[in-house]
Amino acid sequence: MRLAARIAGIGLVGPGLAGWGAARETLAGRAPYAPSPTRLAAPEALPATERRRAGKCVKLALATGLEAVAAARVDPAGLAAIFASSSGDGENCHAICETLASDDRLISPTRFHNSVHNAPAGYWSIATGATASVDCLGAYDASFGAGLLEALTRLAVEPGAPVVLVAYDAPYPEPLNGARPIPDAFGVAFVLEAANGAGPSIALGFTREPAQRAADAGLEALRQAIPAARALPLLELLARDAAGSATLAYLGDINLRVELAQ
Amino acid sequence: MRPLLISAATLATCLGRGVEATRAALAAGTSGLAPCRFETAELDTYVGEIDGIDEVRLPAGLAHFDCRNNRAAELGLALDGFESAVHATAARVGAERIGVFIGTSTAGILQTELAYRRREPAGGALPRDFDYRHTHNTFSVAEYARARLGLAGPCAAISTACSSSAKAFASAARFVEAGVIDAAVVGGVDTLCLTTLYGFNSLQLLSHAPCRPWDARRDGISIGEAAAFFLLERRARDADPDAVWVLGAGESSDAWHMSAPHPEGRGARDAMEQALRSAGLAPDTIDYVNLHGTGTPSNDAAEDKAILALFGDAVACNSTKGITGHTLGAAGAVEAMVSVLAIRDGLVPRSAGTRVVDSALHAGYDIAGGRRRVDRVMSNSFGFGGSNCSLVFARGSARR
Repeated sequence: MRLAARIAGIGLVGPGLAGWGAARETLAGRAPYAPSPTRLAAPEALPATERRRAGKCVKLALATGLEAVAAARVDPAGLAAIFASSSGDGENCHAICETLASDDRLISPTRFHNSVHNAPAGYWSIATGATASVDCLGAYDASFGAGLLEALTRLAVEPGAPVVLVAYDAPYPEPLNGARPIPDAFGVAFVLEAANGAGPSIALGFTREPAQRAADAGLEALRQAIPAARALPLLELLARDAAGSATLAYLGDINLRVELAQ
Repeated sequence: MRPLLISAATLATCLGRGVEATRAALAAGTSGLAPCRFETAELDTYVGEIDGIDEVRLPAGLAHFDCRNNRAAELGLALDGFESAVHATAARVGAERIGVFIGTSTAGILQTELAYRRREPAGGALPRDFDYRHTHNTFSVAEYARARLGLAGPCAAISTACSSSAKAFASAARFVEAGVIDAAVVGGVDTLCLTTLYGFNSLQLLSHAPCRPWDARRDGISIGEAAAFFLLERRARDADPDAVWVLGAGESSDAWHMSAPHPEGRGARDAMEQALRSAGLAPDTIDYVNLHGTGTPSNDAAEDKAILALFGDAVACNSTKGITGHTLGAAGAVEAMVSVLAIRDGLVPRSAGTRVVDSALHAGYDIAGGRRRVDRVMSNSFGFGGSNCSLVFARGSARR
């Protein structure tokens, strides 16, 4: 197997990581990592009605994906998209389960249609006008790896069609957070094109090697706690602007080896 | 796309356990829908419930996956010699060369619904025996299938609401074509839960009768549950000329609304066109279209427009959701089986529940169905978020 792509744009939203451009020095190890709660902007790209109803996952996925397409200077309307997340929106899920456990089971129709795993993908296509396929994957802690693999596989089969990969995870409220603790929202996005062209290129393969840790202890804590943050060793590598490789957590018995060439 | 051979298949639905039960029900045109008696639901609707699911026990080493959804998966995996077919292929190509792609919308969320009734009196925590990862989480059923079958390749849950398991076929086909894997276990597993029953009720999309796709009096869906699995393999040819192949897949987004289809069926038409292109087929080569046909007024109207735009009224089409119910994330896989059986048995199934076709709909809707040669079938699956997927299946001897 040889899967390869060129990275045309990157988006990043996380605790103390407000955009790829702003976070780059930290990820390269040239500035200290200063944790602070993730800030989620209102999704201006959505029509007013949809914007009002947008939950954390929608805000997170849209902000991250739109940063990546802006950096790549591509029109998102023309991109196929891959969304990877461990779960659907936590607030909706909690509200629905709480209502269903009560005497009055009338749940909100908006909460219900926003509870599907692919809600952020649906809002993405509404916001960008993208009518191509959107894949929505979940693989628990392996969700980022599953998304990256899906994105590069799609490119291998259709090299003429660039894709945007958006991996994101946001916390559940209690009591679900106790069963699935995710400390804060984290999203990462890549616009990926076929491997011929300028810019950093990655090649992907399976490995049985253990996943690499993030260089910074604070970032390593994020990597371990948030599925989408399993991308951090790759982001650190990209931030250093040098060729190299990173082993990313995937299913555990198989992980992903990424070779980066500048 | 590179055609994939369906070398094994199995399913459990409200029609019974195994392919033969579904085959018999399709031949007779009988519905598996019954008044809803599920759990504590108090809703005036019909559901398609798998019989005896509560008695299913998971193998000892996998007991932590225990929930309704994984019990349905276990039921399916144990039928029709599926497990031994997967093991034979694994012995040939290697367990790490077989991927697992399972479509689901709600996975084991019922487990969380039940846990919310048993929260700790002090503090409100969920009970200690609640295992989020192996029950509620979207991935749980895919992780279960991979572990249960002893596979070691790539694995994902695909969750795009009601197109989930159709898109699992498309994803698997890409992985094989890219050379990442040689074979794939593809499936759809979705089971009854209060979230979907009360959720569709809140949208006023539940029918009070067994659903009536395309009917003038259609008033919504009947929710069903199912587990369906397929083993897909990269082969140049197969000794059996009647073996069924996955020939094409098309995917699109409506970019329109979260829960309502594009009124002109734009995304549906895109997906169907792409599926034909992917299969290298013209519309007039399709013998039967198994519609998404949920039975809601707006879904059927949008799909009708899409079918008319692409096929005119020439192609025979209908929906089998009056037989199986709408199995949501499993619908693509269940209807892949309907497509396979249509080809193998020479049968366009009856549209159970439909009496009089809505005069505002103009596709060539075939209520009665019947015995005839069927070589190529298109199957449609469309979901919330405007996610659309169409698949094309064909008899080996009818491949181009």
